[in-house]
Amino acid sequence: MTTAEQVLGGHLERPAPVRAQTPRATAVPASLQDAVVTGLWRTGIVAAIAWLAFGALTLYWPNKEVGFNDWTFTTELGVAALVAGVLLLAVALLGTHAGAAGRRLRPAGQWLIAAPLLLALWELLTAKLGLLPPPFFAPPQSLIDVACEDWARLGLSTAHSLRLLAHGFVLGALVGFGTGVWIGWSRIAGYWVHPVLRFLGPVPASALLPLAFFFAPSSYAAAVFLVGLATFFPVAVLTWSGVASVNKSYYDVARTLGASEWFLVRRVAIPAALPQVFVGLFMGLGASFSVLVTAEMMGVKAGLGWYLQWAQGWAAYANMYAALLVMAVLCSGLITLLFTVRDRALSWQKGTVQW
Amino acid sequence: MVATATAGAHIDIEGVSHWFKQQDGVLQVLDHIDLRVQPGEFVALLGPSGCGKSTLLRLVAGLEPATVGRIAQDGEAITRPDPSRIVVFQDPTLYPWRNVRDNVALGLQARGLLKTQRSRVDDALALVGLADFAKSFPHQLSGGMAQRVALARALVNDPQLLVLDEPLGKLDSLTRIAMQSELVKLWQRAGFSALLVTHDVEEALFLAKRVIVLSDRPARIVAELVVDLPYPRHRNHPRLVELRHEALRHLGLDATW
Repeated sequence: MTTAEQVLGGHLERPAPVRAQTPRATAVPASLQDAVVTGLWRTGIVAAIAWLAFGALTLYWPNKEVGFNDWTFTTELGVAALVAGVLLLAVALLGTHAGAAGRRLRPAGQWLIAAPLLLALWELLTAKLGLLPPPFFAPPQSLIDVACEDWARLGLSTAHSLRLLAHGFVLGALVGFGTGVWIGWSRIAGYWVHPVLRFLGPVPASALLPLAFFFAPSSYAAAVFLVGLATFFPVAVLTWSGVASVNKSYYDVARTLGASEWFLVRRVAIPAALPQVFVGLFMGLGASFSVLVTAEMMGVKAGLGWYLQWAQGWAAYANMYAALLVMAVLCSGLITLLFTVRDRALSWQKGTVQW
Repeated sequence: MVATATAGAHIDIEGVSHWFKQQDGVLQVLDHIDLRVQPGEFVALLGPSGCGKSTLLRLVAGLEPATVGRIAQDGEAITRPDPSRIVVFQDPTLYPWRNVRDNVALGLQARGLLKTQRSRVDDALALVGLADFAKSFPHQLSGGMAQRVALARALVNDPQLLVLDEPLGKLDSLTRIAMQSELVKLWQRAGFSALLVTHDVEEALFLAKRVIVLSDRPARIVAELVVDLPYPRHRNHPRLVELRHEALRHLGLDATW
């Protein structure tokens, strides 16, 4: 059956590519040169030079004397930078022959120039010139120092934080999702639960910290409760609004086709609300990070928050920076993971928010 | 084939009046409607927009109870939606999270028949000419294709009555003309009764055996035009032109002729 829009609706059929009129291809304009993967990678060469310069600066500019023994790992940092520079140079000179490594590095070209410049600035201000005084500021090599000396404690703290976060977040997300669907669907639940949620929900979970530590059987249970609470509120509210704002005719369609009430909830309301649920999970995850660290600083004797507190107590600022770095990697990694899951679950959607 | 000739439903609408509750009192939308749809008949309800024709369809579908009066299918009162009466709405209202095949499968899935009758889904898609688009998502379809998917989603259930609520209202004019012919073919093949709401005079006369002209709100039946022409019809047939003139006169648009 051929109908008008099969003929007219062009967006599903791609027009045949237009053949070049002349046998010789026009030279690629200079402004697009970088997009074409051929021969030399100019940005890569500049990046390699920047890394080599950073390495040389670290190795050959003597550290400023600061009254105690010298920064360890200065040589290692310098050598590592030189190695990075040489490798980059190889990739840049090999061009198309560099294979997968070349293709993956190319888009990050400008960052590969900026990173060594920023590191060099940091190195200069701390170790070389001492403008930012120790012990409050530490040079890049001190992070390597911490990673080598204290990796066991840092790793254990990370594991503890992850465990607490997993318990609290999963619990809060599940209860929040259930509550959201319930108050979105049931009139009675909407009448009784929604006002309570509106009144108590906006209270920052960390404000309940003293109360939770007082009532809960252990400080760990209290922290799980608080992380869960921080996750619960945004997930519940957004799930509820997602369910409540489902196009009413979706229900009409399913009802005329013979759907039961349970089918309407499970197959219509929940899938339709899912984009909103993921916004709630994203907000909940952000809130749970903050409560997690606060709880670990206040009462739980493990985790990255505790590590921060401990490092500060010993004036071990390098350890603190290392813990902050781990935290940044952890949080952004988890959010990236959440967005990956969302993109899988909502692959039918077009033009969603990018992370 | 999906649509083996199921006997069409016999619909009785007796003395139906309907009111909407509003913030300041009530609003009457239907006024004493009496209408009988014979099995396998194609009846069109024609009226000015906002007159209450869509409300009548919702009552027939069982989505709402009539304030006054009785609506029955084959002698049994209609109290709730039933898969033997399927509605095709003005918007295709496909579920964006389901691909075309899963959208068409909705009715079978809701009634727990999907496992045993899955092949009917592909039959229905073939019937509307979209077999190649089974895996596409609604946002990848044009308006006409989406409406055809909605039609397949209805037909897969072997309805005895197809309730069409301005199903072609939002399509461009070329697509609409093509779909009108398709609709006639599907109806002739499947044998269901059809109740179509439209404000397009030409469409009503092209499709229906009987055209019921409704007044402004509250809707009353002001005329009944019997279109005594065989299918497929030709749009410029002198009898259709004559009937169109008559329909417009009943709608109070005589002066535009």
